[in-house]
Formats: sequence, C-alpha cells, structure tokens
Amino acid sequence: MRTFIQRRQAGILSLLSTLIVIIAGLTIGFIVLLISDSEQAWTAFWTILSFGLRTMRNVGDVLLSATPIILTGLSVTFAFKTGLFNIGAAGQFAFGGFVAIYIGVVGADYIIMPAWISWTGLEAIPPIAPPLRIILSIVGAALAGALWGAIPGLLKAYRNVHEVITSIMTNYIAMYLISWIIQNTIIDIAPFTTQSLPADSNLPTMGLEYIFREPLGAGFRTSNVNIGILIAVAIAILVYIILNRTTFGYELKACGYNKDAAKYAGINQNKNIVRSMMICGAIAGIGGALNFMNGTGLSMTASPALAAEGFIGISVAFLGLTNPIGVIFSGVFVSYLFLGGARIQPFGFSLELVEIVISVIIYFCAFVLLVKTNIGKLIFRRKD
Amino acid sequence: MSMFYFIAQSTMFFMIPLLIVALGGMFSERSGVVNIALEGKMVMGAFAGVMFLNIFQTPYTSHGILLVALLVAMVTGMMLAILHAFASINLKANQVISGIAINMFAPAFAIYVAMFYLDAQHIPFLNQFRIDSVPILGSIPFLGPLLFQNTYITTFLGYLIFGASAFVLYKTKFGLRLRSCGEHPQAADSVGISVAKMRYAGVLISGALAGMGGMIWAIPIGRFGGDVQGYGFLALAVLIFGAWRPKRILFAALFFAILQTIAVSFSAIPFLFNLGIPGAFYSMMPYVATLILLIFTSKNTQAPRAVGQPYDKGGR
Repeated sequence: MRTFIQRRQAGILSLLSTLIVIIAGLTIGFIVLLISDSEQAWTAFWTILSFGLRTMRNVGDVLLSATPIILTGLSVTFAFKTGLFNIGAAGQFAFGGFVAIYIGVVGADYIIMPAWISWTGLEAIPPIAPPLRIILSIVGAALAGALWGAIPGLLKAYRNVHEVITSIMTNYIAMYLISWIIQNTIIDIAPFTTQSLPADSNLPTMGLEYIFREPLGAGFRTSNVNIGILIAVAIAILVYIILNRTTFGYELKACGYNKDAAKYAGINQNKNIVRSMMICGAIAGIGGALNFMNGTGLSMTASPALAAEGFIGISVAFLGLTNPIGVIFSGVFVSYLFLGGARIQPFGFSLELVEIVISVIIYFCAFVLLVKTNIGKLIFRRKD
Repeated sequence: MSMFYFIAQSTMFFMIPLLIVALGGMFSERSGVVNIALEGKMVMGAFAGVMFLNIFQTPYTSHGILLVALLVAMVTGMMLAILHAFASINLKANQVISGIAINMFAPAFAIYVAMFYLDAQHIPFLNQFRIDSVPILGSIPFLGPLLFQNTYITTFLGYLIFGASAFVLYKTKFGLRLRSCGEHPQAADSVGISVAKMRYAGVLISGALAGMGGMIWAIPIGRFGGDVQGYGFLALAVLIFGAWRPKRILFAALFFAILQTIAVSFSAIPFLFNLGIPGAFYSMMPYVATLILLIFTSKNTQAPRAVGQPYDKGGR
C-alpha cells in the first residue's frame, strides 16, 4: 500500500517535473525569439509571460478561454485512462456547440408547429424560460457529443476498427455535416455564421464580473468570464471521482490496462468501450456549449472547419499528465500562453510562437510520464 | 469521355501523396513505432521544399530543381523523424504524445518562419512542372490521356516508390527483419537483430516519404499555406484501411482519391450535378464510405502486434 507520504512525494514529483518541462519549453521559445529579433525578444517574451496576469480582467479572460480546452482536455484524459485515444474531440465539441446554439437561438422565440400536427391543437411552443433554456442547451450538447462519440466506440467494440481512424473520419463528417445543417437552419448570411445567441441564452456570470474587471475611466471594463469555468472545474472533479473512487471507473480503467484480464474478471469490455467513448463525447460536447454560450457574441462559422479546441485538448491532457485535476491547471496555463502570445504581433512576431513553445513542452512531456513512473516505481519498491 | 480522363488525371493528384505518405507510415508501424506524426512531417516537408523553390527557382529552371526540392523535403522529414525516433526508441516515451507534439510543432514553425521572412502565411512558387503530355506514351489512344497526360513527374515517382516499398518489405532481408521487430521484437532480438536500429530505419524511411509526400501534395496547388489540410491524417487512415500492406494501401489510396475527386469536381460532372444532392454530401462521401468499408473489412485485419509498445528486453 502506498502511504500518504508516498502519495504526496509522487505529487511533488509530478509538479516538479512539469515545471522543469515548462521552463525548458519557454527557454526554447525565448531562443527562437532571440534568433528572430534579438532587440525585441525580451519585450515580447515578457509580454507573453505577464499579459495574462496584468489586470484582474485579463485573469478573467484567461479563465474564460481556458474553459473549453479544459473540457476537451478532460475528454482526451478520460479516454486515455480507459485505454482509448480520443482524437475525435473536435467533432464532438462542434456538435455540442451547434446543438447548444440551436437550442439557445430557437428556444428564445415562439416555435411554430408544422401543419401536419395541427389536429392536436398545438400551434406554437412558447419561448423557453432562460434558466431552463440554458440547462437544456448544455444537456443537449452533452447528448449530441455523446452520440457522436458513440460511433467510434461502437465500431471499436463490435467491429475491431481502431478508434483513431474512425475518429478522424467522424471529425471530417461532422465538419461537413454541421456546416450543411447550419446553412439550412440558423444561418446568419452576412458573416456566414450561426445567428448569435440572445443575451439571456448565455451562461450567467453570477457576480464574477465584480472580481474580474479593470478600471476604465470612471467605471470598469469587465471580463466575460462566467460560471462556465466553475462547471469545467466541477466536471474535472467529477471525472476524478468516477475514475478513482467508483467501481464503474475501476472497470473502465481495467479495460484500459489489460482487456484480457478485465474480460477474465467478468467485465463486459465492449459495453465499457462504448460507455467510455460516450462519456468522452459528452464532456467534449459540453465544452462546445460553454465555448459558445460565453456572452462574447461568439458564433459558429458555417464554413466547414475543424474545431481547434479538439486538438488543443490533446495537448492540454498530456501537459496535465492525464490527471483530471492536472488538466484544470494545464488548461489555464495553455490559455494564459495563448492570450499573451496574441499580443506579441506589434513587436513583429507571429502568435505561432506560442504553439511552438507548447509543442516543445508536449514533446518533453512524453519523457516526463516515463521518468515519473520509473521514479515512482523506485519509491514504491524501496518502501515495500 | 474527356470528363472521364479529367477525373482519372485529377485522382492522381490526390492519390500519389496519400500513397507515398501511407507507405511511409507503413515502414514505421511495421517496425513497431506508431506514427501519428505523418501530418507534421508532411507539413514540414512541403514547407522546406516550397521554401527552397521560392528562393532558388528561376523562370528557366525545370524538373531538375523539383527533384532537388523533393530531396530537401525528404531530408527535412527525416530530421523531424529523428526527434520522434529518439523519443520513442531511445527514451521509450509514449509514441502518441511525441507524434502529437510534432504535429503541433510543424505548422506553427512553418507559419512562424514564413511570416518572418515573407511577411505572409503563404509561400508562393512557380508551378513549371506540369507535363502536358509525356512524349510518345501520351499519344497512345485511351491509355495516353488516362495515364500520361496532364501529369507530374512525381506521379511516376509514386509508382516507383510503391514498387520499391513492396519489394523491400517482402523480398529483402531488411524487410523481413523490419517486420519481425513490429511483430515480436524479443524474438527478433534473440536472433541478433538490433530492434533499435530496425525501428530507427523504419521511422526514418517514414520521415523521408512523408516529407516527400507533403511536397508532392503542394506542387499542383502552386503555393504552401502552412498546412496540408489534414492529408497526413487521411494517409494514416489509408494505412489502417490498407491493413498495413502495400497492395491494399494502393487500393485504399485509389478508392479514397476517386471519391475525393468526385467531391471536389461534382459540379462539373453533369450526371452528378443533376441529381441535386447538396455538395456537403459529396464532401462527406470519402469519409462515410471509408467508415462503412471499415465496418465490413476490419474484423479480420490485425495491426502489427508490437506497434506502439516500447521495446522491453525483459518482456515476453
């Protein structure tokens, strides 16, 4: 048995190794800046590091843009823990986002019933009350994501098709399908996006705007941060509990570690693969909902496009060492880097620098997982 | 009939890069290393090759410089492959993670450098490589327009690489050793084959082919815009769909490329256009069809047994 102290040591070890990896990534980023333009390098580097923390409003914005990638990161993490690789978060995210916007837009007005059910006497559904509409949006997004995630799950479980290839396919199918559906339903022609959400279809801020704001003239400029980040944190904790404290999570993990042993122990492996992929899809779908319901007036493009959040989620998951709680921090960190990185253009650098830094960090992360498990094994053995 | 030839000719522009990159992935995965980084290597190859053309091309250059650009692309792909090989073979790290890192690094680096030197995301070059009709062969009835008109020298290079890959994998000592490292590395090691060397060879070949494939993908387009539109991932799908075998990879690439051509040019084909099906469904078709075919074919196909597992000398 691992004692409390051992567990704490392992925790410190992960934190330390992650910090080393981050410093290494940032150093390489700085070197790239130096090679490109040594005079502006310091200013640009300092901007990346400090911008996200300059005012409470910026901190709020970091949390706001961290919300969707924490959720896609959790989706990838959950899959990874159960022995699957969910590269399909992009499609699940997009479906969730679309359904949330659809409910938010359509539910805010009278829905005229088609003629063929006029015999029921039902002519129109009145607008759904805002709190219920928001909940429906999120639930609908989760369902849509789960259904889209079920496809790779079913194919993996019953037809032995690798989930990576089916996820790649479903991502592209989602991309074209959603674009087509938007063009035929809630399209706003001029910007060629979905219609923007009515204000009361957005997530409430619950007073967070009083914390995350900066003085501007006589008043304040507030961040759009909302309860989305709290939902993301709550889901992370939920995922942690499911994976580490429930029989269900234990079964899922057992299938991931050794599917033959799991089968021998009487665990229905096929069913668990499908369940696991559906949960991943639901989490990514909620990410899509929270991404678009954030009150910034963000709408979804009607052109076919893969959601970048799905792929950033993979990075977030591995930077968080595929630990649900770690993912919260890595999501915030990645969002903080991106926000600062978007501000280095005035110095003549492009924001891709941040992606270079993150990719280097992820590359080193590949070793960290290894070093950590090996040292962990050492501690484990010595005390036994 | 001209429509038929047009489709056949356009299909090649999609098929050849997919084929070459998927064959590259095959060498890596048959040696036991998962190669999700094909996309990144393609991007980097296309970037380096196009950058080379952008700098050294003149209106008077011809196919010679294209071959040099392909070489540049191959070397660049191999450089990225070394990073992947080092992480997954020497350090026994998670092969998927280092692949993801490379996929993220390549487009970011390409755009960063392009923005820095050209102040634009797109790197243009002169497309002076199109062959209107191959001498003699192009004038053969039927086969001429089908295979030897409106083409690129890279198309024939693609056939060559296909033949060579199949030969190397199945008819040489090297191929046998490579495959054994992907199936049962401990057994290979016990008869004196260096698993690390074989896997390095597999990953490096995949880097070279993926880099070259990226460059070939970029040629008909005439510029490089920072990505290869997910073709690396499609090549991965073709590889799995092709069951890690050269001949089936060829058919998978051809199948996918035909559907892709239809998706892109359906509005120019009167028969398909008159059906009135929305364009989105033609765009989806290659992916849906692949999914459906996988459902029927995949139950019996097996990935190389040791793929994705770092080699552990003490393992069983």
